[in-house]
Amino acid sequence: MAEPLLVIEHLSVNVESTPILKDLSLRVEHGEVAAIMGPNGSGKSTLSKVLAGHPSYQVVAGTIRVAGVDIAALSPEERARSGIFIGFQYPVEVPGVNNADFLRLALNARRTAQSLPELDAAGFAPFLRTAMERVEMDELYKDRQLNAGFSGGQKKRNEILQMVLLEPVLAVLDETDSGLDIDALRVVAHGINTFRSPQRGLVLITHYQRLLELVVPDSVHVLSGGRIVASGRKELALELEAKGYDWLDKR
Amino acid sequence: MSNEPFNADREAYRYGFTTAVEAVTLGRGLNLEVIKAISAARQEPEFLLNFRLKAFAVFQKMEEPTWAHVDYPPIDYQAIQYFSVPRANDKPATPTYNSLDEISPEILETFKKLGIPLDETKRLNNVATEVVFDSKALHTTHQKALYDAGVIFCSFQEAVRQFPVLVERYLGSVVPTVDNYFAALNSAVFSDGSFVYIPPHVRCPLELSTYFRINNQDAGQFERTLIIADVGAYVSYLEGCTAPQSSKHQLHAAVVELVTLDDAEIKYSTVQNWYAGDPITGEGGVYNFVTKRGACRGKRSKISWSQVETGSAITWKYPSCILQGDDSVGEFYSVALTNGRMQADTGTKMIHIGKNTRSTIISKGIAADYSTNVYRGLVKVHPKATGARNFTQCDSMLVGKHSQAHTYPYIDVNNPGAQVEHEATTSKISDDQLFYLRSRGIGPEEAISAIVSGFCKDVLKVLPLEFAAEAQKLLTLKLEKSVG
Repeated sequence: MAEPLLVIEHLSVNVESTPILKDLSLRVEHGEVAAIMGPNGSGKSTLSKVLAGHPSYQVVAGTIRVAGVDIAALSPEERARSGIFIGFQYPVEVPGVNNADFLRLALNARRTAQSLPELDAAGFAPFLRTAMERVEMDELYKDRQLNAGFSGGQKKRNEILQMVLLEPVLAVLDETDSGLDIDALRVVAHGINTFRSPQRGLVLITHYQRLLELVVPDSVHVLSGGRIVASGRKELALELEAKGYDWLDKR
Repeated sequence: MSNEPFNADREAYRYGFTTAVEAVTLGRGLNLEVIKAISAARQEPEFLLNFRLKAFAVFQKMEEPTWAHVDYPPIDYQAIQYFSVPRANDKPATPTYNSLDEISPEILETFKKLGIPLDETKRLNNVATEVVFDSKALHTTHQKALYDAGVIFCSFQEAVRQFPVLVERYLGSVVPTVDNYFAALNSAVFSDGSFVYIPPHVRCPLELSTYFRINNQDAGQFERTLIIADVGAYVSYLEGCTAPQSSKHQLHAAVVELVTLDDAEIKYSTVQNWYAGDPITGEGGVYNFVTKRGACRGKRSKISWSQVETGSAITWKYPSCILQGDDSVGEFYSVALTNGRMQADTGTKMIHIGKNTRSTIISKGIAADYSTNVYRGLVKVHPKATGARNFTQCDSMLVGKHSQAHTYPYIDVNNPGAQVEHEATTSKISDDQLFYLRSRGIGPEEAISAIVSGFCKDVLKVLPLEFAAEAQKLLTLKLEKSVG
């Protein structure tokens, strides 16, 4: 049997020499949607930053393989081009950079890695239009400056737009549901659901059950104190919602 | 971002080569004899010699200005060569070159390396170019097309010989010899430069451009540019500058004067890339102490300065507009990038005198490494300038932890009906922004380029097309090693 899409083995990560992740192991199959839940400060966002290749997060032990490839030596841009996408909890504002120009640069970087021809502005327009329709984003956002002055919800929607556009193999969404109103949550969930496919894997990092009612996960993992302390099926999320994280600690 | 402020493998200054050219000089030092000799070598008429002597007398009484936010050791004005011309083939320092054959092959090769072919068959189609090598204007392309249009575009020396009346009328009329220390110095010793006259109602058919090159390491460059757009005329003028890499400082003290009469317009663009000195030690580099000023004398006339300043160890430069004619318009668009140990104190003055005069100032300063980047600007509205309007947007971007940006806006309004607006921002290229773009597959260089061109967009879009592309490349190249 082929190796799972994402294999994390015995991963330990420090931030400025403080251990955050401790001996974490996780597997996500092709086609699987895995939810990672956990209390504040458990290391959820660290996991997403490490997968993205953020230079402030030092891997001190363990390996991360995506589609059989050890990604330790890959730069953030190489990871993205190879089809790893991280939807950030706090997308950064980049004033001065036009959103559509940014999206086209990103897509062209991915296409070049896939040996597809680069798109000029005219060629890119239909791709962008389709993707924006899928996340119900107003066209005027394409001419805005990247995330600058966007509301929290619009920033998250812009992340999902990027995911839909870039068609990654592995997407990790870090608390994409936080700060969203009900309508935005529904749109984001719809974007995620249409993204699901047997070839792709998805990791949803979330605090709450409510996103998981709309995007039903195949597996649920609980991250606490820098390691996975419990794994189960979608029912685990419901149990957590009802009993709280303390219940796990007592168990 | 690494803790190292500099990367040792930073791309070397690519125009840093020197051309081995035999130079005819007057030796070092500044005194009455040198000034008389410069004037005599150029066979100047008496009015010009007197202009120089008057300026020198003023210069000797003046003090070097110290108000700018720059720091440099005292300049030894007696150690500089004030006159240096390349020796012509077979002829000693002839006043002009009639054809390219008379310019030494080494110099032709220099300009080829700089990407400025002088050969008419390789020239840019719609740009007439003049090149100035140390103290001497060498060659002007496209003479015939310009002549047919009635446009005068020639070296300053040529203009003095052929159009002395025009030169005498306008020289020093915008920047008087007493204006400031460096202008007085220039007026005393200026060697060559460009002269442009656009006759009434002529739209200059070509972009005019002058390319300045300092080659002799011990020589200063003191060029003089005078551009006159007569009634209803239009011209777009481009200026580019480079110098060889040298451990010594070179002094560049130019004066540029622009005059527009009724309904005339001059658009003046600069990409300045003088050698900036060693990025770590600060050794060497050009001191760019330049006085640029335009007078909108005529009604409804317009002067627009756009500059991309990326070089020089020290920049001290305030391209300004005197808006005398009613309804005249002044514009200043600037990108100033400093890195390494560079210091820039640059900005503009908009002097509103006529009624309903309008001015726009857009300044973008980028400071990286250990550099200092200052915007200094004056908006002055005279009592009679009813209906005057100014808009100023002044943005600074910091890269790294050690760079500095300062803004000194002076606003002096003496007419209650005037409208003056000033907006300013300071931002940082943050590691987070770079990481975000990289996490979407965009490489660090492309990411910097995207952020910087976004920041400078309002200025880059007013530059002539070829200049804008060159400027953008230059900015990215210079910032690559300073970020990340």
